[in-house]
Amino acid sequence: MSSEMRDKILEFIRDEYLDDEDQVIDEGTSLITSGIVDSFSMVSLKNFLEDEYKISLSDEEASAEAFNTLNSILKLVRTKLGSE
Amino acid sequence: MAYTDAVRSRFRKILEEVREAGLSKDERYIRSEQGVKIMVEYPRGSEPREVLNFCANNYLGLSSHPKVVEAAQTGLRERGYGMSSVRFICGTQDIHRDLERKMAEFLGKEDAILFASCFDANAAVFEVLFGEEDVIISDRLIHASLIDGIRLCSAKRDSYKNANMKHLERKLQLWKEKARHICIVTDGVFSMDGILAPLDEIAALAEEYGAIVLVDDSHATGFMGKTGRGVHEHCGVVDKIDIITTTLGKALGGASGGVIAGPKEVIEMMRNRGRPYLFSNSVPPPIVYGALEVIDLLNETTELRDRLEENAKRFRTSMAEAGFNLVPGETPIIPVMLGDAKLANDMARELLEKGIYVIGFSHPVVPMGKARIRVQLSAAHTNEDIDHAVAAFIEVGKKLEVID
Repeated sequence: MSSEMRDKILEFIRDEYLDDEDQVIDEGTSLITSGIVDSFSMVSLKNFLEDEYKISLSDEEASAEAFNTLNSILKLVRTKLGSE
Repeated sequence: MAYTDAVRSRFRKILEEVREAGLSKDERYIRSEQGVKIMVEYPRGSEPREVLNFCANNYLGLSSHPKVVEAAQTGLRERGYGMSSVRFICGTQDIHRDLERKMAEFLGKEDAILFASCFDANAAVFEVLFGEEDVIISDRLIHASLIDGIRLCSAKRDSYKNANMKHLERKLQLWKEKARHICIVTDGVFSMDGILAPLDEIAALAEEYGAIVLVDDSHATGFMGKTGRGVHEHCGVVDKIDIITTTLGKALGGASGGVIAGPKEVIEMMRNRGRPYLFSNSVPPPIVYGALEVIDLLNETTELRDRLEENAKRFRTSMAEAGFNLVPGETPIIPVMLGDAKLANDMARELLEKGIYVIGFSHPVVPMGKARIRVQLSAAHTNEDIDHAVAAFIEVGKKLEVID
């Protein structure tokens, strides 16, 4: 489940935000601070996570900090799945 | 007094961080009217000296055009300095409505409405038209004022990669059954890259998926397209773009003022519910007179936009031949790509020393590692001005090892 979730979210990020197919990103890549995802386009990622995992993220939960790396996103989704 | 030392200290710390990051805005004083040749005091306190301006949005060279200045003076004399009112109380003169009608006609739309700025126009338009049942799908490189305007509105939001039509179509498919209205939002010209939005393809997708299209054409109105109507004319879709927002603050005289043009119901809704419209002063009479003169000039002849097109071609060709890395395009915005932020700033500073006024742009204004000097051509540049700028670029470019 964890690995499947990781791969699915990573695939979405690559597809949704990267123009350069050769660009390498992993669990620790800074998405927000490196400018791959900006505060405005972050909503696409929020929509995807909500649809895919049937969770609801408040604006406070969908923060730049929580969305900054794949690791932090996975932590957020797991927390939400555990609490819902 | 609540402005305590603690408050002051916090603000100072933020400003220090801005300076340390090299992001402090260093304004240069111009001691002349706006134009191709300007007197710049830089560094501050030094003797002003004449430089060639290649960083203004003065695309048609109308900012200080004698006919526009004369029209503004007539407006000042005949209708006064300001209105001291918003439009709906006692701030509407017949000339405001004349300008709105002329702008609508110029842009090929049913009606138009004036705002204090295009930032205000963009702040108004989404909140009035769309609600939480709707979705706004915007290009990722739209102007900050569109982003802020979309944020003020309760509609759902999504975005697509810059000018990427496959991505846009995927978003349209995603939202087509989930939203009452879909609105596609884009700049006509993306001002940091000088590239065009593919409005013909966007219009076709909008038709297929029943979406409304809104274009901010601030960096195009007056010169893109054969008669200068904008990118919608350039792409052959004047009738297929629903709403255009634009500015009087760039090619159209460069003073201030914004415009929304579109279906008459949209304009009437703005007049009744657009908060920046309802709560901001009217555009001052001298500016209205100046803008009316500009539209008359552009309706008379395409000479200025033709000249601008030639100037942009001349600069692009010479710079490409010299070996500079340019973003390809058809607009008078020509980015010279340098990559490194320090290099961009050093190059801009050295060019100013040689009498060429340009600015380096770096992250966060442009993506990391894509620092550049953005060159903006004007119809008022002569061939000699352009050749002089290219020669300076080559000299500085060689010195800084940007070119061989």
